[in-house]
Amino acid sequence: MSDLHFKTISELAAMLAAGETTSVEITQAVIDRTAAVDAQVKAFLSTDAEDALAQAKASDERRAAGEALGPLDGIPIGIKDTLAVKDQPLRCASKMLENYVSPYDATCIVKLREAGAVIWGRLNMDEFAMGSSTENSAYQTTANPWNLETIPGGSSGGSAAAMAAGEAIATLGTDTGGSIRQPAALCGVVGMKPTYGLISRYGLVAFASSLDQVGPFARTVEDAAILMEAMLGKDDLDSTSIAPQGETNYAAALKEKKGPWKLGVPQEFFGEGIDPEVKANIEKAIDWYKSQGCEIVDISLPHSELAVPVYYIVATAEASSNLARFDGVRYSHRSEEAKDAMTLFTKSRGEGFGDEVKRRIILGTYVLSSGYYDAYYLRAQKVRRLILSDFEKAFEQVDAILTPTSPTPAFKRGERADDPLAMYLSDVYTISVNLAGLPAISVPSGFTKSGLPIGLQVIGKAFGEADMFAVANAFEKAHDYAQQTPTL
Amino acid sequence: MSETPHIDIDYVANLARLDMTDAEKAKLGTQLDDILGYFDKLNAVDVDGVEPMAHAHRVFNVWREGDQPGETYAPEVLTKMAPESRDNQVVVPKVVE
Repeated sequence: MSDLHFKTISELAAMLAAGETTSVEITQAVIDRTAAVDAQVKAFLSTDAEDALAQAKASDERRAAGEALGPLDGIPIGIKDTLAVKDQPLRCASKMLENYVSPYDATCIVKLREAGAVIWGRLNMDEFAMGSSTENSAYQTTANPWNLETIPGGSSGGSAAAMAAGEAIATLGTDTGGSIRQPAALCGVVGMKPTYGLISRYGLVAFASSLDQVGPFARTVEDAAILMEAMLGKDDLDSTSIAPQGETNYAAALKEKKGPWKLGVPQEFFGEGIDPEVKANIEKAIDWYKSQGCEIVDISLPHSELAVPVYYIVATAEASSNLARFDGVRYSHRSEEAKDAMTLFTKSRGEGFGDEVKRRIILGTYVLSSGYYDAYYLRAQKVRRLILSDFEKAFEQVDAILTPTSPTPAFKRGERADDPLAMYLSDVYTISVNLAGLPAISVPSGFTKSGLPIGLQVIGKAFGEADMFAVANAFEKAHDYAQQTPTL
Repeated sequence: MSETPHIDIDYVANLARLDMTDAEKAKLGTQLDDILGYFDKLNAVDVDGVEPMAHAHRVFNVWREGDQPGETYAPEVLTKMAPESRDNQVVVPKVVE
């Protein structure tokens, strides 16, 4: 059973049900694998093997008593360092929260526990989820398991790298502008961002509240569907969460729905800035759908080139407001130089935040400031509506939209570290989806000549997760990219 | 916004209550001017009559059905997180003269 750590949730659930393995055995396999490879990958900020094994033991006892809870019972799931897990550190990869320990579980964690999952470790990320390479962590730089010289993507880079390296059976990330889908594509795993509001944000450290969503990383589309079913639902603790609409038995539905579908391909996503190998790979994926009888429709999302500026105005404005809570008073870093109220705030924040977070706070404060609000923030909110209207028009004609997830494969560490604008353009194909509040999934679609993974993005209608999963699943099942693992 | 955009970092950093070194400000200044220049793309769009969008879905105020007292944290659970506390209260530098 040496390869338990690379199995899927559905495979392990079947093995557990048949008595062929135990949660303790699976959890130990993940712990051992992490001990063997994490010195190279550096996906985890902290782990708690004792706690994970205690949860696994409880799962095995439930099963022995005939009270197993479902497909997630006994499955170890890694958690991004931005989600609250009771009695575990929550640092958002920031010095600002260096000593913070969560007094409670986030709602998505409560729901995973109710499904029997084993909550495992704290995964590295860009500080406060701001970045596209996980190089902005105040603690460590995570490597892409497919090529340790390259970045894993971000901001949920630890969650993606841990999946690719076999350090968890599934992981959770958060996606504000592509922070699940882009690292999933770059690390060759499945990553999914739900319709805005489908999963409660309670217990997620807020970055940009109108965009942030929790979502799963998994080895297969089916596993992502299983995780979504467990986590979705309206929550009284998050007034922006919404009761699901339409089909929500995703895992069952994706086996029944076989198409053929009408699939939109937006010309704007294949122009300037796309790597030629990525372009050829995605065109090949589109041809596969065509060969299966799907109708491929050329669509236009004319405002998509404006998504990057709109996003970096809206997201930084919301961040500058959300991050005002880190003031050195109640739970964050406090400067030893704090002499009065003003220096308590300014010095503590100056010492606690890293470069990218400061950059975004300044940018966000500026676009909201007197004299600039109308020119930047208000205008961006109007263009945001135009971006949504583009999608609404496109979805009158098609069931789902196919695009590359990222314009390039994983880039070398340090390559974009001093060029924030180049880094911001890493998200060019993912952020319009957040602005419009739609669901989207990245599914592995092959490799470059040098062996780096590429991801295909399937964008669904709002609450159209069932169809989106089915479209992605059809491609995945016809190819073996998702089964390939890196050599470490 | 037709002239080259520029941020007065000292002014904005004060609004954001954020202390920065001169070296940080110098580096940030150039980067922010580039980013703001990129934002100028938005000026080419006709947004007359477009309703601003603050949220992905229409959201409404939510009223709770009466106040339901529930479990709360013990004071020491919360004050334990504070950088400095005494007698279950958070200690801060003197703020009034």
